[in-house]
This record gives sequence, C-alpha cells and structure tokens, in this order.
Amino acid sequence: MATTDVPGANGKLSEQLDAVVIRFCGDSGDGMQLAGTQFTNVSAVFGNDVSTLPDFPAEIRAPAGTLGGVSGFQICFSSSDIFTPGDEVDTLVAMNPAALKTNIADLKRGGTLIVNEDAFEKSNLSKAGYESNPLDDEESLAPYQVQKVPMTSLTRDAVAELGLSPREAERCKNFFAMGLVYWLYQRDATPTEEWVKTKFAKKPELVDANLKALHAGFNYGLTTEAITVHYRVDPADLPPGNYRKVTGNEALAFGFVTAAKLAGKQLFYGGYPITPASDILHELSKLKNFDVVTFQAEDEIAAITSVVGASYAGDLAITASSGPGIALKGEGMGLAAIMELPLVVVDVQRGGPSTGLPTKTEQSDLYMCMFGRNGDCPMPLVAPASPADCFEMAQEALRIAVEFMTPVLLLSDGYIANGAEPWQIPEISSLKPIKVSHENKQQGDEPFMPYLRDEKKARPWVVPGTAGCEHRVGGLEKLDVTGNVNYSPENHQYMTTLRAEKIAGIADFIPEQTVEGPESGDLLVISWGGTYGAVRTAVKQTIQEGLSVAHAHIRYLNPFPKNLGDLIKRYKKVLIPELNTGQLRMIIRGTYLADAVGLNKVQGKPFLISEVKQKIREMIEEK
Amino acid sequence: MSVDVTLPVLSPKDFASDQEIRWCPRCGDYSILAQMKKVLPTLGIPKEKFVFVSGIGCSSRFPYYMDTYGMHSIHGRAPAVATGVKLANPDLQVWVITGDGDSLSIGGNHFMHVLRRNVDLKVILFNNQIYGLTKGQYSPTSPMGTKTKSTPFGSVDRPLNPLSVAIGARATFAARSVDVDIKHLCSVLERAAKHKGSAFVEVYQDCNVFNSGAFEFASKKGKKEENVIYLEHGKPLIFGKERDKGIRLNSHDQPEVVELGKGVTEDDLLFHDEKSEDMNLAFLLASMRHPEMPEPMGVFRCVDHPTYNDAVYQQVESATERSGEGDLEALFNTGDTWTV
Ligand SMILES: Cc1ncc(C[n+]2csc(CCOP(=O)(O)OP(=O)(O)O)c2C)c(N)n1
Ligand code: SF4
Repeated sequence: MATTDVPGANGKLSEQLDAVVIRFCGDSGDGMQLAGTQFTNVSAVFGNDVSTLPDFPAEIRAPAGTLGGVSGFQICFSSSDIFTPGDEVDTLVAMNPAALKTNIADLKRGGTLIVNEDAFEKSNLSKAGYESNPLDDEESLAPYQVQKVPMTSLTRDAVAELGLSPREAERCKNFFAMGLVYWLYQRDATPTEEWVKTKFAKKPELVDANLKALHAGFNYGLTTEAITVHYRVDPADLPPGNYRKVTGNEALAFGFVTAAKLAGKQLFYGGYPITPASDILHELSKLKNFDVVTFQAEDEIAAITSVVGASYAGDLAITASSGPGIALKGEGMGLAAIMELPLVVVDVQRGGPSTGLPTKTEQSDLYMCMFGRNGDCPMPLVAPASPADCFEMAQEALRIAVEFMTPVLLLSDGYIANGAEPWQIPEISSLKPIKVSHENKQQGDEPFMPYLRDEKKARPWVVPGTAGCEHRVGGLEKLDVTGNVNYSPENHQYMTTLRAEKIAGIADFIPEQTVEGPESGDLLVISWGGTYGAVRTAVKQTIQEGLSVAHAHIRYLNPFPKNLGDLIKRYKKVLIPELNTGQLRMIIRGTYLADAVGLNKVQGKPFLISEVKQKIREMIEEK
Repeated sequence: MSVDVTLPVLSPKDFASDQEIRWCPRCGDYSILAQMKKVLPTLGIPKEKFVFVSGIGCSSRFPYYMDTYGMHSIHGRAPAVATGVKLANPDLQVWVITGDGDSLSIGGNHFMHVLRRNVDLKVILFNNQIYGLTKGQYSPTSPMGTKTKSTPFGSVDRPLNPLSVAIGARATFAARSVDVDIKHLCSVLERAAKHKGSAFVEVYQDCNVFNSGAFEFASKKGKKEENVIYLEHGKPLIFGKERDKGIRLNSHDQPEVVELGKGVTEDDLLFHDEKSEDMNLAFLLASMRHPEMPEPMGVFRCVDHPTYNDAVYQQVESATERSGEGDLEALFNTGDTWTV
C-alpha cells in the first residue's frame, strides 16, 4: 500500500504508509522506555492513532548487557483506527547484542534494523551468548535493511564541546536513536524538545546534550548515504475532538477522580505497591487538590481494610493491586460484601501463580476474582477493554458499587495498564452523574434500619456522625432489615440468596451485549479485557476475507449482560481466546452449557492478530 | 473537636445498645464495657461521633454492645479499618477494641504501624493471655510453659510484652489498667480519650473460663497493693500496702525494689515522667514484670506529636492552596494534547 513520491529536496525518497510498528530495545539502562514514550507522544500529537506495548525486563537490575536486562517498547502508529501495538515489527532499533538476540525474531522480512554498532564489542557479545558478531553474518541479516550506526561514538562527538563526563555523554545515545527514527518517519520533534527543556530545567547542560544528540540523530538520517528512503504516515481519521494519550493506569486514576467529583465525594485510595498496579497510586497521589486522600498501607490487607473503613465512613473508596495482593484482600472483600458497603478493588493482572511473571501480562486471575472468597460471596466484575476504556469502566465500577451497595472488582491487566492509546478528552458536562444519597434520619422517626432495602435491593449508606442512625455492622451474618447478628439457618439461607440476587439484578442496569459482525453465523468469538484489540482486528480482517464470524467483547463479567446466553445460541461455534488456560471458557460453559473452544496463551505476551485469525479460520474450516 | 453547648446530657445508659451481651458470666469484658459507658458521656462529644472498630475475638464483640457507630471487622485488622474511618472522617472519635491474639498475632503488623503513624485512634487491648473465642489456646502474651489444648506439654514460645511493643513503635500514649480496678480504668480510658494521637491502653482482663485468675496478682485486694505501682507524672515510684516500698535505679541503671526509711528517702527513688521524649523510662517501666517486680499501672508515656490524620489533611489543603481546587478539564488537558 506504499506509494513512492519523487525525491524531495534532500534527494531522498519519501514513502507513504498506512501503519508502522517500531520497537526500541536495549539494556534497561539505555532509556528505551523514554524513547518509546516520546515517539508515541510526537506521533499522537501529530494525529496518528497509536497503541503501545512496553515490555519491562523481568529482573529490575539484571547485569548490563545480558539477555535478562533487555527492555523494550513497541509502538504502532497509523493513519487509520488501530487496536493493537501490532504483530510484526517494521523497524527495530537494537541498542546492544542482547536486545538484537531477543527481538530479531519479531522483525518482519524486509524490515529495517537499526543497531548501535558500537555496542557490538567483545564483552557485550559474550554476555548475549554470541560466539561471533552477528552484524558480520551477512546471510542471516540478508532479509532486513540493516543500518549499522555507531551511535555511542556519534553521540559522544555530538556533545563533545559540552564537557560532560564520558558516561553522561554516552547516556544521551537514546536521544540520538530517537532523532534518527524521527527523521525516518518525518516526526516533528517539538514536543520532545519541550519535554527535555522542562525535564532538565535545573540542569541546562543536560538540556543541551540531549537536544544535540537528538538533532545529531536526525541529521544523520538526513545526510548519510546509507539511508535513502524515509516514510510518512498521515494523521488518522479519528472522530473530531480533543485528544491526549493515556495509559490504562492513568485512565483509571482519571476515571476514579472523575467519579468522585461527579458524586461530590472525597476519594479515598488505600494501596500497597505492586507491579503493575503501583502507577494508580502514583497518579492519585499527585491529585490531592481534587480532594483525594491516598494511604500507602503496610500491606494489601491493611489497604483493603482501610478502604472498608473509609467506605463505612462515607468516602468513595478504592484499592488496587495485582494477583498476589488480591489474594491477600479476599477476606476484606468478603467483609465488605456481607456489610454491603460500596468500594472498588482493581486487579491489574500479571503472570502467576505466586510472584510469577511480575512484569508480564496475563488474564489468569478471573477465577480468583469470580470465586476467590470464602462463603457464597458473589461480587460484580467489570473489565475495561483498552487503556482509554479504563476511564469509563472506573466510573462504571464506582457507580455500581454505590448504587447497589456492594464491593466491585475491576480487572485490568499489565498490557492495558502500561499500554497507551489516544483518548478523546470528554466534555465534563457529557459525563453520566453518579448519585449518592446518605440516609439522614429526622428526629422522632422510626428506629433506623440499616438493612432495609430499596428497589435495587441496596441498603442505606449512612455516614457516622449522623444523629439517630447509630448502627453496628460486621462480618457475622445479618438479620435482614435490622442488621442484627443472626445465626438462624433460615436467615442465613435467605440472606445468602438475597445477596446473590442483588448482584444478579445488576444485569437489569447494565448495557446489553453487542457484537461486531453478523447477528448470527458460523462463529462467535468472545473475549474480555486486554485481548480486545487483537481479537477485534482478527475478526474484522476475517470478515473481510468473507468468513461468517462475529465478535462479542464482554466488559461486564458478573453479572453477564442479560442477552449473552441468547446471543451465544445464534452461532454454530464459539471461540474464546484468553491469556490463561480457559477461565472465561469454563464459566461460559458452566453458565450457558455452550460448547466453547479455547485459544489459550500463557507466555506473558499478548495475542498476535495472526494467531487469532488462524484459529478462526481453522474453526470455520473444520465444519 | 468542637463542643456544642446545647448538647443533651448523656448517661451511660444512652450508650447501651439493645443487643444481648453474649460474654460468659463474670468475664472481665463486662467491667471494661461498663467503664467505657461511664467515660464516654463525660467527654462532651455527641454520641453519633463515636465509632468503635474491633477485630475478632470475644472482646471484639464489644461494638455490638455500644449504641454508637461500630464495626466488628476481621481478625487482626481493626487498626487498618479504623485508620480508614479516621482518614475519611477526621471528625469522629474512633476506638479500636482488640484482644491479645487479635492485635499481637494476626494483627501484629497493623498494630505496630497504626502506633508509629500516630493516627488519632484509641486502641484498647483486652489482654487475657489466652485465645478466648477459639476456646483456650495460648496467645502471644501467655507465659512460657502455659498448658492449653494446643500446648498440652506447655508452650515454648517466649511471650511478647504489649507495652514494650507499643513503646517500641513510639506510641505517643501508652497505659495499662486492670478490668476490675474500676476507678483506675475509668481514669485511664478518659485520658486516652483526651489524648490527641494514637492512645494505646492495655487492660488486664480476666477470662474466667480459660485462664481464670491470670491477673489476680494485680486485681485482688490485699495482693495488688504489693504487686502493683500506680504511676503518677512527676511523682516517685512508691508502692505497698503501707506505701513503704519504692523503685530505685541500681548502679547498672536497672530498677530495684527498696524499702523506704532505713536510709532510703523518696528523693532516692525513680520519678515518673510520662512526658519524657526519650523512651528509656517507658521501656524500663514496661520491663518491670510480676513476679520479679511490681508492675506499673497507669500512663507510661503521654507526649504531644502531630497526628497522621492532621498531616494527611494538611497536604490536601496545601495542595489545594497551591494548585487551586481540582479542575477535571484542566487535568485532562495537561501535557501533550491535540485536536482532530
Ligand atoms: C483469619 C482468621 N483466623 C482465625 C480466626 C479464629 N479466631 C477467632 S478469635 C481468635 C483468637 C482471639 O484471641 P484474642 O484476640 O486474644 O481474643 P479473646 O477471644 O481472648 O478476647 C482466633 C484465632 C479467625 N476468626 N479469622
Ligand atoms: S471465653 Fe473468656 S474472654 Fe471469652 S467471654 Fe468467656 S470469659 Fe470472656
């Protein structure tokens, strides 16, 4: 789809492309996350649709130059709608041999490989397990357009006059790499230049050095004879509006703050640091002027129980963690469930069990979140589909919590949390309000009944300090209406059913399930959470191939949308791709007796579009 | 806490809930409940401003029996729940009711952290040196050798001293009393209520079913006078039925019992200073254990420090002063934005 223009003023060809995937990779000290983020920013500001996938090294301080220390950042930018950071890489920037070794397999044939030639010396080669220099192996590099650039020395030369230490000088090489890629894709570097000026405001020598390195990289592309083509990706045709880039964790923080503002309530966040959920705490901690109270608790149990206390005292209260921390919160969630208090628990899933793959994504906490509490203890579950969707689902989670007086779980994952995409900044006036009413008894009324229910089966929410409504709650079984402790067998049966019915009843107040594609047909692909983009794209493309396939992406996992069962029946086959061994599939099979088939991957990596497409074709072919 | 002059005059009865009390007859918990009901009406705080938060254990049923706001939460976690309550609504007076197992076994972590943060909470630890609710296993405060169902040959754990732990966590208020020592308990509870910051009170509580008489040395008339020293700020440490004994520091700075008269005067004794910023004196007093030494009762330490909840709100206020009240539109539009 590329069109080649006549040579431009500098004598270089300019090719137009629809979508490009770039991956920056290097040692964790090489500043690759920064390079990727900056490239994302300039592309987003330029108007492309963007989608990103940061890939953090599994070890925080792996020895420099080793395979374990490779850090990567992939970005797809496009002139049309995209939903994933892409399957194959068009341009790979590898800052050292280890990065080359671990990433080259993803570079497409004919793709551009830019390497920092200086880093391919003896010690780095041996740390990466190369017996000889792969850059000399012409045969294996033949499928790619290889640009060997001595980035370290070029950067050093570029900043020579500034009198930096050699280390400081070499540190700027990521800016050199960025400059070169900016030239290659005709990016306007202004947003990055502004960023450098503010970031290093207190260290003018670093402003100079990074800008010089950036420009040196750009000029290298312009002048070197080795590179003859550069590329253009036009702005995307997004719906009109104001945009910014958000990561999932940022969007969650924005969503929670927004919900609290809309409800006119204080937001309370109790949390304990854990990857990849910590950024939610970091983001909210900055927003104290929004009447946000953040509490870094001593552990996840204290985090959830502080949130229970804050909710009892009338705050909109949330906590977030990842698998191991959610496991610790189970007892606290049960307490909130029996006390029928509103709060939200965010699980940013990562690879498990136990500490598992802490920096990698997975969807394997669904069972835990659906069932992982003692007793019969259903909790509403919602799952955003993408980074930007986190904004809406954060509000949805709090709205359900407050309207139904229940703890709610929100399942995100590492891929959504750290990935970024454009987010259309909403008009504040267009946001759905969140209504909170606190019981406030008048003098001389009947005694206050803390477990009297409204039409949604929700009990009243009273703020301590309200005269005349003094009451006690706790983890022991309640007598309905009075809330007094009651152990009678009939009451426990009744209350267990009542709590379950209350949660099931939420189905009447959430949107029905929609599908992309035909309303009936050969195959329905059901997905949830962060696999949305890959599945959506795969289904779209197989529909274009003429296959009878549709996609239902579920954002409300408990209760399911009311029409889901009927919808499933309209297709001959059901496929459920998940980044686990089949958790939603088991639940769908159990709930609807549907013979769903799984596509399951647990490698700490998201699906490739091609993997999903292949499975769709297979299932439709084997009639 | 502002005191409303038109407040109705409350009595202990006003704090009694309509729930049947389910403790064993003669359990020490009854007395503590009764003293609490006596103290609260004297504080000039409206009834609806009290919140009692407890963990799990016999003692933790306490909130059900008070006609205030309250929560019977989960085992060991009451300090964290209460922190959430206080942070969400700093206007409330929040009490934490806990047992020795609840606060020092499963909840040891939270116990330590709530005290070191100095959240403005009143933590009352009912110490019966046993697990009552689960029917009589030894607890982290049981003396070594304690024989229970889970330690038929005697426990081999070394016990924790709650006051040492609390002082180690730099509790700004730390005190001890005994369930049946009605007047003393009332005065200690009252001082805890009035302390700004985390107030920790250990109460020796008789579990007459599983650990009967564990604190007889400190509760029984005729015995306690010889076994207990009542601490008073600025006063020398004197005890005994005839008030003829005192505590002095020996040449190794260790406390020793001396008889007054016979060459020892009050001036030679150790003087109590609950305001001391360094914690050595409080530690030293906490280390005095029966039967080797008389045990101190009263306020070990009471110092003024900024509270955690105040500090949290100061940050909220100064952030608001600095950046103005949060504006969503401005927030969303910070950083790189673009228009399509
Ligand atoms: C997570 C959890 N583990 C264990 C228990 C069982 N349990 C309830 S109370 C208790 C010990 C209570 O001892 P203590 O705090 O000394 O209180 P007491 O009953 O003596 O007042 C235990 C182990 C529980 N309720 N929850
Ligand atoms: S078991 Fe012991 S602590 Fe529990 S109520 Fe009975 S006497 Fe009191």
